[in-house]
Amino acid sequence: MSMNELRGRSLFRWAWRQLTSMRTALMLLLLLGIASIPGSLFPQRSQNPMKVAAYFAKNPTLATWLDRIKIFDVYSSPWFSAIYLLLFISLIGCVLPRTIEHVKALGAKPPLTPKFLDRMEFPSTLEVDKELALDNAEQWLRSKHFRVRREAGSISAEKGYSRESGNLLFHLSLILILVGVGIGSLFGMKGEAIVSVGDRFINTPTSYDSLGFGKFQSENSLTSFSLIVTDFKAKYDLKTNAPSDYKLSVLAANPIGSKEIARTIKVNSPLTYGNTKIYLQANGYSPMVTIRDKSGKIAFQGATVFLPQDGNLTSTGAIKLPDMNPQMGFVATFIPTYDRNSKRGAFSTYPEVLDPRLLFSAWVGNLGLDSGQPQSVYRLNTTKMSRIALMQLQLHETYNFGEGSITFEGWKPWVNLQIVSDPGKFYSLYGAILAILGLLLSLFTRQRRIWVKVGEKVEIAGLAKNGTPGLEEELAALKKRLEGEK
Amino acid sequence: MVLFTLAFFSHAVEVAFSVKNDEAKTKFDFTRTDRFGRIGSAMMVLAVNFLFAGVIFRGISAHRVPWGNMYEFSITGALAFSGAYLFALAKYKIRWLGLPVAIAVLLTLGTAITILYRPSAPLVPALKSTWLAIHVSAAIISGGVFLLANCIAATYLILDRYETNSLPRPNWAKKLPSLEVLDQLSYRLVAFVFPLWTFAVIAGAIWAESAWGRYWGWDPKETWAFITWVAYAAYLHARVTIGWRGRKAAWLCLFAGSTFLFNYIYVNIWGTGRHTYSGL
Ligand code: HEM
Repeated sequence: MSMNELRGRSLFRWAWRQLTSMRTALMLLLLLGIASIPGSLFPQRSQNPMKVAAYFAKNPTLATWLDRIKIFDVYSSPWFSAIYLLLFISLIGCVLPRTIEHVKALGAKPPLTPKFLDRMEFPSTLEVDKELALDNAEQWLRSKHFRVRREAGSISAEKGYSRESGNLLFHLSLILILVGVGIGSLFGMKGEAIVSVGDRFINTPTSYDSLGFGKFQSENSLTSFSLIVTDFKAKYDLKTNAPSDYKLSVLAANPIGSKEIARTIKVNSPLTYGNTKIYLQANGYSPMVTIRDKSGKIAFQGATVFLPQDGNLTSTGAIKLPDMNPQMGFVATFIPTYDRNSKRGAFSTYPEVLDPRLLFSAWVGNLGLDSGQPQSVYRLNTTKMSRIALMQLQLHETYNFGEGSITFEGWKPWVNLQIVSDPGKFYSLYGAILAILGLLLSLFTRQRRIWVKVGEKVEIAGLAKNGTPGLEEELAALKKRLEGEK
Repeated sequence: MVLFTLAFFSHAVEVAFSVKNDEAKTKFDFTRTDRFGRIGSAMMVLAVNFLFAGVIFRGISAHRVPWGNMYEFSITGALAFSGAYLFALAKYKIRWLGLPVAIAVLLTLGTAITILYRPSAPLVPALKSTWLAIHVSAAIISGGVFLLANCIAATYLILDRYETNSLPRPNWAKKLPSLEVLDQLSYRLVAFVFPLWTFAVIAGAIWAESAWGRYWGWDPKETWAFITWVAYAAYLHARVTIGWRGRKAAWLCLFAGSTFLFNYIYVNIWGTGRHTYSGL
């Protein structure tokens, strides 16, 4: 082996030892805690992309700078991953050798009695019969489930191995949790889809509004199922307008094409097919309109998904008619329970539909759909358009704006379904359960050793790990026993 | 409504008792007569029972477990905290803690009733889960004990200053146990509830999985729960494996406890994210 190789090796060994030392693990642990702080103070793309955009709009220079160090994607940033990967390696490097050692120690005898017992805790000498002392001590220790190692003239006993077992179980379980997290992010999928009442959702990639797969997961792996949303009921508290219950009824077929079964989905009880779960995530309204052109021919008829803006489900959206000539668009607000005052204008006073209105402005011109830039379906780009009408409709009312007419026909509720597959979560769950068991075992077991030695006199002493209390009483009990008072 | 008024009334009684308790303690500390101390403890037991009744009534008046908004978190938290004190009192001689505990409870209840108060209302759908009861009760109990450990660690640090300057202890501290006992006690409390806190975080994750479709999403509340967990894990490691004792350990304990408080106060009130049930 060349000098360089040797040096390389020892450098590696040194680095490994540093990495797997307890101190490093502790530093990494604290570092992980500190590193997760910015993510709770700055908006995160993964949770609230709109807020991130707002932050960019407000402080553009600072934001670009912060974005460079991934402040808006903390939990998927290279530096955050680096810390937890290092911790993961450190944990393995620290715990595996100890586990092997511990398994060996489980079968082994307690260590030999030390030479000088007076250096241990609570040493004392007894005036008792030397012949009987060891027998009595052994009997007593065994009855208390100590492991006993008897040599000529001494006994070494130990109890509380489950402390280390629990400790190792805990740390190994942490590894299992991290493995579960890893499997989930590599082999999982997550998507969202808005489905109106009455519509069918078929679980294929094209049905989704947004869909993401883990690195090692392909698009053909979606669980085969379809749903028809038959009904959605939302209940609200009359005093606070806060929702009190959501209930979604569906006809579900799993796999696609099989017999449809009526199922319900609620906020805390998703529909489950294996690892895939279907959650009820949000809801809103789609106003239904009929739009006719000048000749009275129907140019558009149907429901359009609008996005809720407040707790009373005032909802806004856009209706685009690219096939009309000239092109037309509507920017509209749907108000489920109408009221108006001078300060706020029109607004909704209750989330259920009691007295609906459709407020809209009608635009003609160029929708700008062919500019190549993706456009939100909820917004109208009015830069190349001009407004021809501003109006408010009650149910079944029609308004004629010259280029045609619009009729407010009704509304449909829609629901946002979140569909998630996480094949790793059971590993994490079992890891978590085992971690708690391990923690209880390790924090509530006392590990201690007791020695009895027969020399010129009979000596006893003990040693408790981490100075846990109770050893003194135990030694006193042993002493009593050896001195013959029961 | 009637039940609710009753609940409110019992809070008021609780507050009154705590005030009396304060007085009793103050006298006890300065005159060092044992009798006032005992009266104080008895008051405390009574007050805790009243508070318990108050929390129960709140639950009855809202037809659900009383853990839906910050007012309810606060009164239950105060209950857990004073309850933890009583348990510790039964096991260790820590009656000297009565005064700070009573003051802290008083402050919590005071803000709860004046600022955080909201009439009882049903829960939003996401909170309708058995996991609410499990997760929140575990979290609140852990919180109560963490704060108790913090009080002890703070006392340790104060007394430690007297001792390092070789000054005699001030009057109020004459009866307090030795520094080692304080040190051990705060460690014992943390070691005791750390598994419960771990459990609370895990129960939260299980609930998040059933309500939101992911068990962990780095929501600010989750992040800070994690930070608290890490901080206490670091504290336990520092004690058990590196052998920190005394001052350093007490500071670490205070730090860990303040991450919990930060989560409770800051994230509930100013934070964003999905845990916005505080009703503020
Ligand atoms: C991630 C969170 C962690 C937590 C919550 C945690 C928790 C604990 C606890 C509570 C103990 C005390 C057990 C006892 O009483 O003996 C302990 C001990 C220990 N931990 Fe951790 N640990 C974590 C991470 C790590 C890591 C990353 C390593 C290693 C690289 C590590 C290595 C150890 C070792 C070696 C002990 C034994 C101490 C002894 O018995 O003296 N831990 N840990």
